[in-house]
Amino acid sequence: MIGGLFIYNHKGEVLISRVYRDDIGYVSMEQSFGWKMRNAVDAFRVNVIHARQQVRSPVTNIARTSFFHVKRSNIWLAAVTKQNVNAAMVFEFLYKMCDVMTAYFGKISEENIKNNFVLIYELLDEILDFGYPQNSETGALKTFITQQGIKGQTKEEQSQITSQVTGQIGWRREGIKYRRNELFLDVLESVNLLMSPQGQVLSAHVSGRVVMKSYLSGMPECKFGMNDKIVIDKQGKGAASDDAGKSGKQSIAIDDCTFHQCVRLSKFDSERSISFIPPDGEYELMRYRTTKDIILPFRVIPLVREVGRTKLEVKVVIKSNFKPSLLAQKIEVRIPTPLNTSGVQVICMKGKAKYKASENAIVWKIKRMAGMKESQISAEIELLPTNDKKKWARPPISMNFEVPFAPSGLKVRYLKVFESKLNYSDHDVIKWVRYIGRSGIYETRC
Amino acid sequence: MMCDFLFSLVCTGEIFELKAELNSDKKEKKKEAVKKVIASMTVGKDVSALFPDVVNCMQTDNLELKKLVYLYLMNYAKSQPDMAIMAVNTFVKDCEDPNPLIRALAVRTMGCIRVDKITEYLCEPLRKCLKDEDPYVRKTAAVCVAKLHDINAQLVEDQGFLDTLKDLISDSNPMVVANAVAALSEIAESHPNSNLLDLNPQTINKLLTALNECTEWGQIFILDCLANYTPRDDRESQSICERVTPRLSHANSAVVLSAVKVLMKFMEMLPKDLDYYGTLLKKLAPPLVTLLSAEPELQYVALRNINLIVQRRPEILKHEMKVFFVKYNDPIYVKLEKLDIMIRLASQANIAQVLAELKEYATEVDVDFVRKAVRAIGRCAIKVEQSAERCVSTLLDLIQTKVNYVVQEAIVVIKDIFRKYPNKYESVIATLCENLDSLDEPEARAAMIWIVGEYAERIDNADELLESFLEGFHDESTQVQLQLLTAIVKLFLKKPTETQELVQQVLSLATQDSDNPDLRDRGYIYWRLLSTDPVAAKEVVLAEKPLISEETDLIEPTLLEELICHIGTLASVYHKPPSAFVEGSRGVQHKRLPGSSAAGVSEAPPAVIPSQGDLLGDLLNLDLTPPTTTGPPPPASSGMQMGAMDLLGGGLDSLVGLLNTVLSEAVSFGAPPAAMPASFNVPVSGGLDDLFDLGGGVGMPMGVFNPPKTVWLPAMKAKGLEISGTFVRRAGVIQMEMTLTNKAMSVMTDFAIQFNRNSFGLAPAGPLQVLTPLSPNQSIEAALPLSTVGPVMKMEPLNNLQVAVKNNIDVFYFSCQYPISMLFAEDGKMERQVFLATWKDIPNDNESQFQIKDCHLNSDAASNKLQGSNIFTIAKRTVEGQDMLYQSMKLTNGIWVLAELRVQAGNPNYTVSTPWQRLMCSNVWRVC
Repeated sequence: MIGGLFIYNHKGEVLISRVYRDDIGYVSMEQSFGWKMRNAVDAFRVNVIHARQQVRSPVTNIARTSFFHVKRSNIWLAAVTKQNVNAAMVFEFLYKMCDVMTAYFGKISEENIKNNFVLIYELLDEILDFGYPQNSETGALKTFITQQGIKGQTKEEQSQITSQVTGQIGWRREGIKYRRNELFLDVLESVNLLMSPQGQVLSAHVSGRVVMKSYLSGMPECKFGMNDKIVIDKQGKGAASDDAGKSGKQSIAIDDCTFHQCVRLSKFDSERSISFIPPDGEYELMRYRTTKDIILPFRVIPLVREVGRTKLEVKVVIKSNFKPSLLAQKIEVRIPTPLNTSGVQVICMKGKAKYKASENAIVWKIKRMAGMKESQISAEIELLPTNDKKKWARPPISMNFEVPFAPSGLKVRYLKVFESKLNYSDHDVIKWVRYIGRSGIYETRC
Repeated sequence: MMCDFLFSLVCTGEIFELKAELNSDKKEKKKEAVKKVIASMTVGKDVSALFPDVVNCMQTDNLELKKLVYLYLMNYAKSQPDMAIMAVNTFVKDCEDPNPLIRALAVRTMGCIRVDKITEYLCEPLRKCLKDEDPYVRKTAAVCVAKLHDINAQLVEDQGFLDTLKDLISDSNPMVVANAVAALSEIAESHPNSNLLDLNPQTINKLLTALNECTEWGQIFILDCLANYTPRDDRESQSICERVTPRLSHANSAVVLSAVKVLMKFMEMLPKDLDYYGTLLKKLAPPLVTLLSAEPELQYVALRNINLIVQRRPEILKHEMKVFFVKYNDPIYVKLEKLDIMIRLASQANIAQVLAELKEYATEVDVDFVRKAVRAIGRCAIKVEQSAERCVSTLLDLIQTKVNYVVQEAIVVIKDIFRKYPNKYESVIATLCENLDSLDEPEARAAMIWIVGEYAERIDNADELLESFLEGFHDESTQVQLQLLTAIVKLFLKKPTETQELVQQVLSLATQDSDNPDLRDRGYIYWRLLSTDPVAAKEVVLAEKPLISEETDLIEPTLLEELICHIGTLASVYHKPPSAFVEGSRGVQHKRLPGSSAAGVSEAPPAVIPSQGDLLGDLLNLDLTPPTTTGPPPPASSGMQMGAMDLLGGGLDSLVGLLNTVLSEAVSFGAPPAAMPASFNVPVSGGLDDLFDLGGGVGMPMGVFNPPKTVWLPAMKAKGLEISGTFVRRAGVIQMEMTLTNKAMSVMTDFAIQFNRNSFGLAPAGPLQVLTPLSPNQSIEAALPLSTVGPVMKMEPLNNLQVAVKNNIDVFYFSCQYPISMLFAEDGKMERQVFLATWKDIPNDNESQFQIKDCHLNSDAASNKLQGSNIFTIAKRTVEGQDMLYQSMKLTNGIWVLAELRVQAGNPNYTVSTPWQRLMCSNVWRVC
């Protein structure tokens, strides 16, 4: 299991160190803890943080000791072990730890870590015991790890805390009350595309998330439904309804999905129904992935022509491909330029375009664009003559945007709320649903 | 900020100040002081001098302060064990606190204070906490048992904590169950043979129930534990799989991977014709693909595991090629792994797409990645025959780019393509020759030289080209030198008139001016070959080479099986067994997949190119199995071994290497010296032990030791056919004696038998003679004569034999181990002089010793007895009442074994030392 956990700043100075097992850096017994720890700590600093080469692997083995690391802005989190641990678990734990810290004090930065080091130690003591991850749901942790200290708890309160931390529903405490029962559903999708210069789709997929903000009283039982093809087909068969053809068209094939731990997986496996008791506040209910019948909101048509050895002509056309009544926002097209570019002239029909020498790219920004429109940019790139034999690698043209629909075609059909003990019903809950489609890695080779 | 101040402030004179603050009356001040202490501890300053003052702050009802003090204690208690005792009282008191959070905190912290004296005091509170009414305390106490076990294992056993821990598996709270499972698994790992985690259907059922209810981490502990269980039959296996599959939709990738591990393992037990088997295969693909949209670090872990899964069960992901396409912004470690998997999944159906991608990658920036992409194109050509032409033209395009490392890599792979498809693409040679000057890496140079030598008759200026290389002969690496030597000899045999001078030059360079024994010996061999019989030389050197096999760098099947059992863990990331990177006894146990592994191997024997170590062993045996070409195909793709392929289809060359090794430092069985003796000794010592086991029965007639029959194939596994048997050596013939029993209800007919390739080339010398039909409840004896000229493959253990038996019902597989003594040949008596000379030449460090216990024979009787088993006593010496017998034996494949047996009168224990030594048979000498 995890033998120790260290947090470093970008210089490789230790901000937090917590050792769970002695095996990770053995120096003779009489030497003080400080020295022993430093052994493993230094090894990581020298071999990874200060390494001259780019990081070639997130797992490093130095002298039979394995280091797992993740980086958040310029902070390094490293878990150390000498055993054959579950590697996936260690990384999941490191991410989780980042989440917990963010939930407690915001952005993970050197300053925030220094200001909250006592809190971090307290958290580490709670969520990792002898290297075994324990309950790390922020909802539960916040009930008893506070910066104020727990005072004046009654016995009931105490046992409520412990039963929540260890209980089946570790993510929600009892006795939550809201005057207005409200919930917000965000369907956030990122659409990924890799297209050949000829306009052939090499790979496309949507990875989506359903994020829920729930402000519901008591312990509500929720049921979530969407236009999942398997469910709709099943219902269509059962009811033999006349609109089977219509609903079949609207349903989507989900390749795979994963759920927050509140969802009853065995029920999904057997009936494909999504039922759960939600955590309070914001959380990610599910993630999914689709590859079929994706609506690609934009099409990029590149045209790159080399004129002699010192000039490039680039023309890029983008076409929006959705309902004319909808508006896409924050559109950005990034056209890479060779390293030996000396000057660029750009003409665009819409928006603003600029050559950014530091990024080796022409960045073309358009604030808004309606569906079924097209726009064009053309540029002339002057090149310095070089004797570098190596050809320019021609990185793909990438694109960013935001559209107010789900490119996968996913629709929320219902979200029912049942709370038998309290006197509010499904109708009393105010529900909001929003769809946002963003570009993931949306690239066209040129 | 306040805390920045804390971090910056701690310096030497300040310890004193802190001391004062710690002893202050004001609570707030105290707390701030402790915080400062912890801050300086974090940055590595020594604040152990404050120990007593900090411990004094422990008695407080402020939980936050208490936690800080505990943190301090955990860090410094070890350096001040006597002072740590001061804290014990508070701990014990805290363990009785009405607040469960404090009780748990106390027991958690106590476990972390690794001071022997404290552990004594820990026992009582721990016992109480294990039975606490509050689940939070119980789950903490469960982990504490593991902590205590790590400090003092004996204490935990004596106090009976293990039993209490086992009881917690039935706890009502899922988190307690999960932690108990984690603790027990860890403890069980350090006691490999204890039946600590005795998993039976009842406990499995409890675990599966808890699985649905506990936290994500708990699910991982439970799944990892489940993976160690071996279901009794396919029905149980299926029912567990059914209950584990829902986990594949969990948001936590580690839960998914652990579930995949359980499924991959238990799937082995499911019959392939079962509907559920197909369903399960289908269910595995989507979650694996989803893992690729996780954060890059997890993607990396997932990809390393997918690499294993694809090798074991390619059918799962065969349609998912596209998801492994590399994205421009992927970190390099993800890119390289994706590329590897792409090649594994390449097939005729998707090759066009793959090639287009690979071509794209070959223009990227990262040198390693580009090289790998170029190499991948070559591998595609070898793997998918239909695509070879397209691959070659892609490679030629790449060579036109003139990017140095791309060109070199392309030439290396084109050489492999020539080997796979001879006489097909030689038209490109001209293009290759244009790039001769730009090659600066040994591997590329060697490849190019090989091509020139091999196709010398088609290259007009081959002699000039090779001559140009010859100029800097001594600056080249050995690889290039060897290759150049061979190429020039080839050239000479093809165009003898023009190149006589050249060949003389290279032979003298290799034999007279070189310090490298390999090079020198190869030079001499060529020289003699050419001078004695040029016609024979031509036949030997220009012999047709066997084709290379298509799959390269697959993981060796037994290792792959073990790694599959470790999916999700570090072992699967490193692609190494845990024993390779974990110290001590932990994790050294080798895990195996359930079900008969022999079945898996012989059903679809993957064409694995052995790593270099094994290779020498293989080639050695190959020498003795005429004709040479029927042996296992020598490896090709790795350019390192190119030299080995040219001569005699591989045999002679390694032979030379071998003679060298024998002379310079005797190596056992062709593997790296350090690794091999151990594994080779096992069966032999076992064999000798067996021989002596019989020693007690003095009245028995002299003869070969024959082990009693054992059951090889239980009736349960083979639809009613039971096979028990043994191996005997009678008059120089090895026989496999079997008893076939029909325990089924129907008559069995049409028996046939086959062996998998094995270490000593055992193969049936004739068909299996069974008087058919075999009616129900009937037994029949069958003796099968064996020959030792079959195909050879190194097995683990060495004397393992995998057998397939067929009858009218089905084909069954089993594996058995034969006693090595069976392989001792009758002509194993070495000449006295030869023995003496050889014995002296063996360095001491090649010697291994073992004892044979409780053997009540005197030396003469032992010697007679051993002679019956073809172990010959060459000489006898008596020193200080000890009889020393010097013995020799010869294995059927020509390996000599020398041993020294020490017998002390009155002492029933014999000591045997065997230095490993091998000499090749005389016909080999004749070749030279």
